[in-house]
Amino acid sequence: MTDTNDTRPHMPLGLAHRGYTGVIQHLSAREAGSALSDIELESRLIELGFVEGARVEILHEGLVGRDPIAVRVDSITIAVRRREAMAIIVA
Amino acid sequence: MELPLLHLALVGTPNSGKTSLFNALTGSRQKVANYPGVTVERKEGFFVTPLGRQVSLVDLPGTYSLRGRSPDEEITRDFVLGKASGEAVPDLVLCVADSTNLRLTIRLLLELKRTGRPMVLVLNMFDIAARRGITVDVERLAKELGLPVVTSIAVRKGGTADLLKLTDEISAKLAAEAEANSWRALSVAELRATQREADRIIADCVSLPSRPDTWTARIDGIVLHPVGGLIVLALILFVMFQAVFAWAQPLMELLNSGFDTLGEFVHATLPAGLLQSFLQNGVISGVGSVIVFLPQIIIIFLFILLLEDFGYMARAAFLMDRIMGGAGLHGRAFIPLLSSFACAIPGIMATRVIDNKRDRLTTILIAPLMTCSARIPVYTLIISAFIPAKDVWGFINLQGLVMFGLYATGIASALAVSFLIKFFMLRDYAPAPFMLELPDYKMPRLKSIAIGVYTRAKMFLVRAGTTIFSMMVLIWFLASFPQPPAGATEPAIDFSLAAIIGKALEPLLAPVGFNWQIAVALIPGMAAREVAVAALGTVYAIEGGKEAAEQIGQVLATKWSLATALSMLAWYIFAPQCASTLAVIRRETGSWTWMAVTFSYMLVLAYAASFVTYNVAVALGAG
Ligand SMILES: Nc1nc2c(ncn2[C@@H]2O[C@H](COP(=O)(O)OP(=O)(O)OP(=O)(O)O)[C@@H](O)[C@H]2O)c(=O)[nH]1
Ligand SMILES: [Mg+2]
Repeated sequence: MTDTNDTRPHMPLGLAHRGYTGVIQHLSAREAGSALSDIELESRLIELGFVEGARVEILHEGLVGRDPIAVRVDSITIAVRRREAMAIIVA
Repeated sequence: MELPLLHLALVGTPNSGKTSLFNALTGSRQKVANYPGVTVERKEGFFVTPLGRQVSLVDLPGTYSLRGRSPDEEITRDFVLGKASGEAVPDLVLCVADSTNLRLTIRLLLELKRTGRPMVLVLNMFDIAARRGITVDVERLAKELGLPVVTSIAVRKGGTADLLKLTDEISAKLAAEAEANSWRALSVAELRATQREADRIIADCVSLPSRPDTWTARIDGIVLHPVGGLIVLALILFVMFQAVFAWAQPLMELLNSGFDTLGEFVHATLPAGLLQSFLQNGVISGVGSVIVFLPQIIIIFLFILLLEDFGYMARAAFLMDRIMGGAGLHGRAFIPLLSSFACAIPGIMATRVIDNKRDRLTTILIAPLMTCSARIPVYTLIISAFIPAKDVWGFINLQGLVMFGLYATGIASALAVSFLIKFFMLRDYAPAPFMLELPDYKMPRLKSIAIGVYTRAKMFLVRAGTTIFSMMVLIWFLASFPQPPAGATEPAIDFSLAAIIGKALEPLLAPVGFNWQIAVALIPGMAAREVAVAALGTVYAIEGGKEAAEQIGQVLATKWSLATALSMLAWYIFAPQCASTLAVIRRETGSWTWMAVTFSYMLVLAYAASFVTYNVAVALGAG
């Protein structure tokens, strides 16, 4: 599962567009500016399966500000706002 | 020797089929639907295993961890850890997994193991996994996890046979082997480690064909399209309200004429007097006028149940997230608010999935503004009496359109109130996150839809037979006594208590165009909103005198001005009166203050809306 892709630049999932596929490199809650504390946000993301090495794909976007996004994480689809998705660093 | 009751608990990630299993095992009819966060309460049921062991089974809200972030997750945590007051810790925990999606459940299971409770992993929805070509090496999985693993199909007859057999086997050797509880809230590093471990186990034991559900992908392509999706959502709601009006009409007319015939029959067979008046005016005109709305109630529930079972609710929440966020609402508030279209009570309960206290409170405060099904009788009655049933633009029923407008006004005011709350009271507010699993679509199951509709219809009828009936007895009594003195020339009802009370209140309500009959109807309407319809039915039936009572709608059309009718509609968009909703608000917020706040702000809004509506209508010549 950890087919870390070193050639692609790392970026927050929150900036990616529809159709983007990648692998989670690490979580960085501090960069998200979420209402949740860093620890809480990171815990929640992990509980929903956003861990290093998981494959993600952005399936859908909302209308206003392309927000929220529907992300495929391995075998499930999760809706998150871009603000929280900024904590997920992918490549 | 009688063995002691065996205590089992269903724990698992949301939407894994815990309640379906609970229903299958205990024969209960708890609510099942295809979105995360359906169950928000602890429910106990009983069954007997094939070998005759008595079992108590507890269904719990779904959760991704034991951290207990929101009130529903706390219920699960406290129960599993034995912290719930007066509850024993379960003898055996059934950890329920959606077999098509094991990652999160296996992580949860690794966390649950630390509680030291004996545990079984139930691989539910095994039918779907098989259909997708997912294969699970059950034996290996059991060995890796160090606990028994069993497959199940909760929604198929006999789909729980293996689980029952296993329960018997385990309960036989379940001794005092329970280990010490070493659970404490996991640190981020531990969470990550458990998820890694789960992924490793899954890689070893499960083979996934990389074939996601293509149907779900295809449907989502339309339904979650940024623009198309919103159009679909608007269309669904629009069709729903048109249907409530158009499809229900023939059946309602049938019921109506049935009650008319019954009334005439009673009138003809019984001698004139109190008994005749009680049956004809109190029971048939009153309760009957509410039962007539059964077809509409059924249609609205049918729509909501179909959407819930199909898996659309979570999508609607996705589409509405930014719009609701603009009004300061939490993303998880959407589903509770949509459920409030059926009834605010389950809607308010469903706010337990919202983790942030203030967000939850805001949602609770505005949930009663969503047009609940009890308002339908009031709306329909007035709309059919005052709004012509013509088509606009050739295909839209005008009555349906007005109904849609009333619903839309309710929604708009809810958003506005939420916006004001955030603006004035919670200025330091930072938007709460929205994270929601979008489950794969499932074909709605005929049986569960039928059971759902039946349960709702039954509840409605039982209410008509109890609450509404007793209110009707009261109204009939108030409207009939004291009887007029001999030789009185005014209508008999003018001497009654109802008229005295109504006329005392009339000056208060005159500015909004309500007459004393409406004033009387609003009071018992506290018990249940539709009582107002029944009360008007009874009051006007008694007033109308002996002749076979006309249908209440026709009476209203002659007695009320259009302005009064519109004012009444405006009142009911807000209508604070529903004692059970207020009681639930008190319970869920744990405070009388918030209950009082809700009641007062809705009352003020109702009065203001009616006042404006009435006066504008009068100024436009509808008085
Ligand atoms: N095909 C199939 N569908 C199932 C099975 N078990 C449950 N379902 C469906 O899965 C959905 C979720 O079921 P629920 O029983 O409400 O799930 P839950 O775990 O109680 O969910 P929460 O209360 O939200 O935690 C419903 O649409 C069920 O009809 C199964 O074994 N096979
Ligand atoms: Mg449930």
